Amino acid sequence: MSTRSTITTQFQQVATEQERKLATLTDDLKLIDCGLDSLSFAIIVARLEDALGVDPFSSDQAIDFPVTFGDFVRLYEGFAK
Amino acid sequence: MPSKPCSLWESITAAGLPAGRLYGAAATVTLADLARASSLGGRLEALRGRSVLLTVRDPLRAALAMLELDGVAARMVLCPADLAAEHLRHVARNAAADAWVDDAGSAASALNGIRLGVGVDPQLAAAAAPRVRSHETEWVLLTSGTTGIPKLVSHDLATLTDALTDTRPATDAVVWGTFYDIRRYGGLQIFLRAVHLGSLVPSDPGEPVPAFLERARAAGVTHISGTPSHWRKVLMSGAGSTIAPRYVRLSGEIADQAVLDALRAAYPKAIVAHAFASTEAGVAFEVRDGLAGFPADFIDAPGARVSLTLTSDTLRVRSGGNAHGYLGDDAGSFQRGSDGAVDTGDRVEERAGRYYFLGRQGGVINVGGLKVYPEEIEAVINSHPWVRMSLVRARHNPITGAIVVAEVVLTDERPGAQRPAPEALTRDLIHTCRQSLAAYKVPASIRIVPRLEVSASGKLVRPNA
Repeated sequence: MSTRSTITTQFQQVATEQERKLATLTDDLKLIDCGLDSLSFAIIVARLEDALGVDPFSSDQAIDFPVTFGDFVRLYEGFAK
Repeated sequence: MPSKPCSLWESITAAGLPAGRLYGAAATVTLADLARASSLGGRLEALRGRSVLLTVRDPLRAALAMLELDGVAARMVLCPADLAAEHLRHVARNAAADAWVDDAGSAASALNGIRLGVGVDPQLAAAAAPRVRSHETEWVLLTSGTTGIPKLVSHDLATLTDALTDTRPATDAVVWGTFYDIRRYGGLQIFLRAVHLGSLVPSDPGEPVPAFLERARAAGVTHISGTPSHWRKVLMSGAGSTIAPRYVRLSGEIADQAVLDALRAAYPKAIVAHAFASTEAGVAFEVRDGLAGFPADFIDAPGARVSLTLTSDTLRVRSGGNAHGYLGDDAGSFQRGSDGAVDTGDRVEERAGRYYFLGRQGGVINVGGLKVYPEEIEAVINSHPWVRMSLVRARHNPITGAIVVAEVVLTDERPGAQRPAPEALTRDLIHTCRQSLAAYKVPASIRIVPRLEVSASGKLVRPNA
């Protein structure tokens, strides 16, 4: 599974679990508008660390904090390399 | 207990010589034989009035030394079998120890500069003179603080036997078994009950569960105690049916409904009771109705022998079983209120006329500013039919600071029941959690593991706790 599809799956699964209405995941969707709360993001980051083996937010490298869904995917793709 | 000061030996012989035995892994000692003999090789008088470190590894030898030294030593420091060598120096200094007692045959000629060492031998030797009481011995028990450095908790025979309200030997034989180390508070309570009321079969350090249960069966065990983690190990060992006790006791950790139900099913004829006690607060109460938690009317009950109160949902205990305080470096940190009650640090919550333990104040996980008690979540996970035990812990999280994750040990495969695939099972567990817990308490991930580490004191090992 690609990094992008893993991330998409996690967004959808967590949204279902948290009973939140997830917006359509396009690259220019602002994360703040995607329908998830901070707990949902916390869970997604934890699950992605399990699935992909990386947590870009806790790395020593400086990161550009993602604003859109596309930024989020690119952040993980950058670390997955 | 008799009202006037007396030694442990005087107390257990008040109504005549005791009929019970101490069943060790390698030897059995008849209690009555201690009347005219000693396990200390003629060195008892050398220990009179001293501050004695009990560093025996064998529980049988520890039991013999405690029976002989109470009333003779000024202070007796009970070092559990798993006490780390690097902590022994700290304990010796804080207890101003000037003698030690260990397993016979120890080659040590000095221990941390202490010159006087005496070995305990379960092969009793005739005593030159009867034991004479000269001291009200201070009993010192060790607890692990958050740093792992033990605290020294001061008791005496009166505080330790406060919960032992009936010391008449039972008409039918009582044989107590315990998974605890009898040098820790929970195990010591069982030792004191056993020598007053019958016999004791203590587990050996590191002894496999089936081997201990077989020894307990051979000794005719009627009463047996351990932590919920000990009991989960018994249930997982497949050897639980080795014994058929009349009384099963849990203490030292929160007893959730799942483990109580599993024990009731395993031992349908036994009373399954869970007790609350701590080294500092003493024995607070026992619950025998088979339900987790305790009735709300235990709190602020007028005229109770043990007074239980709540401050900010934290349980406080005032009774004759309270410790006197800490010795040495920690003396100033003993948590006692102006009314004399000891703060247990255990948080409770009332639901429908019953209080349930949430967990330890110090074990709280902070999820985005919201408090989570791992034990509360574990109780929900453990209620799942395929789960035997679980551990909930914090995982660092960049969004909420921390997030809750869980590790679970599954029950054995059952005939006629198909265990779901791991992914389906973890999904179902998360669903179970979601049904009864707030969203921030639901584990973000659940991992199935083959086993969880249980410490030598019988408690689940909690990282960062």
